[in-house]
Amino acid sequence: MDDKIPAWLDVIVLPLMSLMIAFFVTGLIVLSIGANPFSVAQAMIEGAILRPSGLGYTLYYTTTYILTGLAVAVAFHAAMFNIGGEGQAMVAGVGVAIAALALDSTHWMITLPVAMILSMVFGAFWALLPAYLQAKRGSHIVITTIMMNFIASAVVGYIVIYVLRDNVAGANETRRFLEGAHIPRASDMLSWIGIDGYSKSVPMNITFFVALIAAVAVYYLIWRTRLGYEIRAFGLSSSAAQYAGTSPVKIIIIAMLISGALAGLMANNSVMGEQVKLGLNPVNGAGFIGIAVALMGRNHPVGIVLAAFLFGVLVQGGAELSFSYPAVSRDIVDVIKGLVILFVGALDNMLRIPMEHWWINRQKAKMA
Amino acid sequence: MKLKASLLGAVALSTMATMAFADPALIYDMGGKFDKSFNEGAYTGAEAYKEASDGDYRDFEISEEAQREQAVRRFAEEGNNPIIATGFAYSSILDAVSQEFPDLTFVTIDGWVEQPNVLNVGFKEDQGSYLMGIFAAMASKSGTIGFVGGMDIPLIQKFACGYVQGAKSVNPDIKVIQNMTGTTASAWNDPAKGAELTKAEIDQGADVIFHVAGGTGVGVLQAAADAGVLGIGVDSNQNGLHPGSVLTSMLKRADIAVEKAMTEAAAGTLEAGVWSLGLEDGGVDYAMDDNNKDLVTPEMIAAVDAAKAAIIAGEVEVHDYMSDNACPVM
Repeated sequence: MDDKIPAWLDVIVLPLMSLMIAFFVTGLIVLSIGANPFSVAQAMIEGAILRPSGLGYTLYYTTTYILTGLAVAVAFHAAMFNIGGEGQAMVAGVGVAIAALALDSTHWMITLPVAMILSMVFGAFWALLPAYLQAKRGSHIVITTIMMNFIASAVVGYIVIYVLRDNVAGANETRRFLEGAHIPRASDMLSWIGIDGYSKSVPMNITFFVALIAAVAVYYLIWRTRLGYEIRAFGLSSSAAQYAGTSPVKIIIIAMLISGALAGLMANNSVMGEQVKLGLNPVNGAGFIGIAVALMGRNHPVGIVLAAFLFGVLVQGGAELSFSYPAVSRDIVDVIKGLVILFVGALDNMLRIPMEHWWINRQKAKMA
Repeated sequence: MKLKASLLGAVALSTMATMAFADPALIYDMGGKFDKSFNEGAYTGAEAYKEASDGDYRDFEISEEAQREQAVRRFAEEGNNPIIATGFAYSSILDAVSQEFPDLTFVTIDGWVEQPNVLNVGFKEDQGSYLMGIFAAMASKSGTIGFVGGMDIPLIQKFACGYVQGAKSVNPDIKVIQNMTGTTASAWNDPAKGAELTKAEIDQGADVIFHVAGGTGVGVLQAAADAGVLGIGVDSNQNGLHPGSVLTSMLKRADIAVEKAMTEAAAGTLEAGVWSLGLEDGGVDYAMDDNNKDLVTPEMIAAVDAAKAAIIAGEVEVHDYMSDNACPVM
């Protein structure tokens, strides 16, 4: 008899139950600051999903979180914890800015592919050093990627302030990209299919589809290719994989390069899609949220897309909440995010173990 | 909310001339409302307006870059007037949104936007820092003073440059040791590193240390107080953090700017343009209170007030680092 719970319980029922608990605790907190939890929930859902412009913002955040979540997941399948998505995406932002500044007098169809390639190369490059140190020297990837985040921040700060900065404006950012680096936003894409009038300021853009394609590609890579098989085998037991002829150096480096490239892709969304310039803060913690997204999504692309959407809803809904309810500060929104991560990610076993017991007992009862 | 916005839009179209605007709105920078510094100053100013005028205001703290434009636009759609944003990062957004809402007035504090309905509020940090340099040079017994900056950006160099100029006006041979805490945004909030840098500067002989480092400065002032030397605070009055060990503070009065803008808007007299708040209008100043009255000698006050008068009269020109990204004395 199989003593595992079936997939539908594992992937759908368990996370939903954890989410319910998280929302219940959140409701108590909202109640304690004197707001009505139901109207707060309504304002969040209304602002993040039901209102068309709000949904655009939600999908903009979702794009970012899908890519940083996939980055963490790929490394995780090779049993590595890539905490460096933040730094990899930041350095990739410089790649995007270089492509955009060089090509923005042409057309986005030229700029976007070049920017995507550069962002992936820059992101992968930033993951290469920790990967090499892990593979050849055994320096722990968690430590080295965290350190690389700080170096990335310093390097990007230097490049933006002393190399790419637009001295006329005085702010610490590049000049605004010209028309040729304006990738299509939701309003443009909707007008292609005949729907006009959607707000041009909503930052959701074509990289949303890039993120979805990346999710499919990661699924294919991990579960349908030989390399993916090697990555998973290495992740489950490095000694067994090595015994079977897999080179640990190769797997560690390749998995980290893919991870860095995925994190790097995220920069296209924020730098070209939203800001249309490179400032000092192109990533703003999304690399770290990617860890929570991957954790919640069980390192599976479908789970990651759903978890990324949930975090998108929390960020955008949280902003709407702060507009409508002055008592709900941005810190409360952070608390909500934290509770979701706590219950769905970290306290997963709290529900899983009783659920497994219940399932096994039920199966036994059936057999008897 | 949507209904309200479209109603307001309709009202705006029909009765453009006599339109009654909604309350003022204030949008903070990433540091947040209670950063014990600049944003909190803006908040204090808004509260002061609320107190004095029994009017009200709305505010918003961003947590994502994308929320900058979202917040400005949201308040504009609801007719809030004026819309005040703190920090230079709002410049390009205000530039775009202000053109779509020509009837509203936008205010950027520390930013720069050239539009007919945007008021640019800046501070002459170089002038304030010049006075701090005079204080430090006169209080120093060792002939060596220190400076601890937050993140290495041109604005902080502007403070440093003014400080050195002021110190050299008192003692041309004075040694100024300068350190920046870091190159990332976390440099604004790293008190432990601030304390380390301060100790290192003290070891090199510095006995008065000026910090322009946001939350990091808490560690700077603490380390100075522990070592028995003097610190100088920034942005808000920090004399009381370590009474008897903080020589003075360089005030950057975001509160004055916000209160003035909101009050003028309520009276209908707010005009776009440029406010460059310096010593003349109290936008930058030094802080005196019970905590530092025994540290500051009458000679210092006389020298500083003389320099202040000379700067206001235009007899002394303080070089602004940001005008050419260079400092003649460093």
